[in-house]
Amino acid sequence: MNMLIYLIPVALLLGGLGLGAFLWSLRNGQYDDLDGAAWRVLDDDDQPRP
Amino acid sequence: MSCCAPGTEASLDMARATLALPSAEELMLASRDLGEGLRQIDLSVPGVHCGTCISAVEHALVALSPVQKARVNLSTRRVSIVWHASEGEGAMDPVDFVRAIKRATGYDAHLLSAAEEAGDVLKAQLIRGVAVCGFAAANIMLLSVSVWSGAEASTRDLFHWISAMIAAPALVYGGRFFYRSAYAALSRGRTNMDVPIALAITLSYAVSLWETLHHGEHAWFDATVSLLFFLLIGRTLDHIMRDRARSAITGLARISPRGAMVVSNDRSREYRPVEDVVPGDRIAIAAGDRVPVDGLVIEGESDLDLSIVNGESAPVAVRAGALVQAGTVSLTGSLLLQATATARQSFLSEIITLMEAAEGGRAQYRRIADRAAQIYSPAVHLLALLTFLGWGMFGGDWKQAMLIAIAVLIITCPCALGLAVPVVQVVAAGRLFQNGVMVKDGSAMERLAEIDSVVFDKTGTLTLGRPQLVETVGTPARIAMAAAIAAHSRHPLSQSIYNAYPGPVASLGTVTEIAGDGLLAKMPEGKYRLGKRAFACPGSVSPQRGGSEVVLSLDTVEIARFHLEDRLRPDAETAIETLQQKGFETRVLSGDRQPVVAAMAARLGIDAFEAELSPGGKTKAIEALQRGGRRVLMVGDGINDAPALSAAHVSMAPATAADIGRQAADFVFMHDSLEAVPMAIRISVKAGRLIRENFALAIGYNIIAVPIAIAGYATPLIAAIAMSTSSLIVVANSLRLNDVRRAKAKSPEVDRVSAGPLPGKASLA
Repeated sequence: MNMLIYLIPVALLLGGLGLGAFLWSLRNGQYDDLDGAAWRVLDDDDQPRP
Repeated sequence: MSCCAPGTEASLDMARATLALPSAEELMLASRDLGEGLRQIDLSVPGVHCGTCISAVEHALVALSPVQKARVNLSTRRVSIVWHASEGEGAMDPVDFVRAIKRATGYDAHLLSAAEEAGDVLKAQLIRGVAVCGFAAANIMLLSVSVWSGAEASTRDLFHWISAMIAAPALVYGGRFFYRSAYAALSRGRTNMDVPIALAITLSYAVSLWETLHHGEHAWFDATVSLLFFLLIGRTLDHIMRDRARSAITGLARISPRGAMVVSNDRSREYRPVEDVVPGDRIAIAAGDRVPVDGLVIEGESDLDLSIVNGESAPVAVRAGALVQAGTVSLTGSLLLQATATARQSFLSEIITLMEAAEGGRAQYRRIADRAAQIYSPAVHLLALLTFLGWGMFGGDWKQAMLIAIAVLIITCPCALGLAVPVVQVVAAGRLFQNGVMVKDGSAMERLAEIDSVVFDKTGTLTLGRPQLVETVGTPARIAMAAAIAAHSRHPLSQSIYNAYPGPVASLGTVTEIAGDGLLAKMPEGKYRLGKRAFACPGSVSPQRGGSEVVLSLDTVEIARFHLEDRLRPDAETAIETLQQKGFETRVLSGDRQPVVAAMAARLGIDAFEAELSPGGKTKAIEALQRGGRRVLMVGDGINDAPALSAAHVSMAPATAADIGRQAADFVFMHDSLEAVPMAIRISVKAGRLIRENFALAIGYNIIAVPIAIAGYATPLIAAIAMSTSSLIVVANSLRLNDVRRAKAKSPEVDRVSAGPLPGKASLA
């Protein structure tokens, strides 16, 4: 029973981390071009794009 | 993948495709200032579709030195370019971006309007709502599983309290969309799908809280939040689809000019946005420009391309004193106009009035989901009420009756129904988008699945609206001469003769264009004339036939003859044949002359046609058909088709259509091939069938689950399992649309290669 005292906050914190990460990636434009990302991974050009 | 690789043909083609480029002023007007000398412009490149396209476009743009950043977005088919816009010497001409893209890939780039870049607030809100509800649902479900596995009373109470605290903010944050919509519907005395949703989530939360306060055994927090989660997914998908299509369609705004070169009294010139042009302003129109507002010609003469107004491809000569309408293109000469109307009052306004009048029928269409809700929500509420009264009167325990009635509401909440329609429509819209068809909203697909007749416009719809060389009489040297002279004109007939000539052409110094007649070239051996028979060799008689004739003469003696006809869209014959085989009635409505339309209809095997129709006449013809009980798909492109496009049950336009035509149409197809029409119908019909299947599945689920709930056996555990299962089944069924199309994916790919990037060349080869 006592372990619940810290296990539940830990569970919520981890879930919250996931939620935060998702919202961050959303704001960061990670989902703007899903089709393009699938192709870009195959791009052999290793030079950093300006 | 080879389809977008740089090729010699593409660069050859590029030099000849100058007519479609937006002007530098227009591009500058559409770009925005990022500060520090940087400007950004977004261009729509509907042709890009693979990784090679991405790198080809990006490399080509970055190779231009002022460009700082170029990034292609394959999902929206756009490229955004950031460049250093220095003043004066060495300044970048934004038209070079369009040329660079064309050279690298052969694709056209179009202008986006800056206004719609504001970003979609609602979409971001919805996605955040989904994320928050997903988080809440996962955590509450975690706690609920412990409760179901037999937690002791005190732990259960604790878990219920934690669940209540997680659920409350999720209910407010995620539920507000449904509350708002339900309130709006109720305040208008109507009901929609959101009313039972809002009621179920509120009541289930309230009852669960009450149970928690009284140390009860069953709490429904998990049901409340997972319900909200699933429904929000459906709502978000619905919204994203609408949003994507809208931005893609408005992204093609290239036909209507954004600005006009206004000439003031002291002859100084200023490029102004078209909204700022007032009657009385004098406007300079260069050869190749589109007329921005209605006006009176003061100076100059030219051939005007009126195809957008009356659907006819043959240009008309104008000179001082003539009235010109907004949207027409000056092909051969420059004009000075006096504006007689503002952009708002121009020729377009008449069309807009007609369109508004025609909208009636379509506005009455109610979406499948709304029609279902109209029956569904009263039935559900009645059922819950009867359960409550039944258990109260016969069981005597009103609290128990209340709990069971709420269980009925939760179980019947249209979770699967809320997902059934949007998931199918999003998958279908994605399929259509990949095949070069954009759909404006889900209701368009529902309506397209219902049609039984297809009505086509002629010029620009069944044909490409560009004349093509069908017969040439003359020696090779003379044809080369004709091509060299024709290279000097923007007249569509000259362009076709020039484009059809395979080799390089000689460059001639002294070619003058006589508007309405043709071209005159003075050479040592004499005067070459290329143009109408009456101009080239006066007095001779032309062989009578349809299409247009161009004659080359040397000192009025005929030496070569060209016969041109408007070319059919690729696959027009097979597309019409497919439609007729499927049992659709096909029909042609055109503003063109009777014999031309009759020849075209006969060639395509269409029996029913009407020619020489005004925009109002087309609308009346469509309305007459619909009064006769037919549901009509109208395919058209010109401004003259716009009212008919809005009058029809559902409508489709090619991407080359007039701005207003594209806005009136429900579907816009990007490639030249007319195969897009049967393809869109096929996918829409399939989507309609899947939607009905999904409804059947959802109703079947209710038939099993509702008796359990009414009998009082629906514990939170059973509710959670039942709801998730039904949602998953519906989603899985919707995704079958993907499978079907994937199996057939080969044919559109071939189609794209031939019809996509280089339409002109494909036919000439």
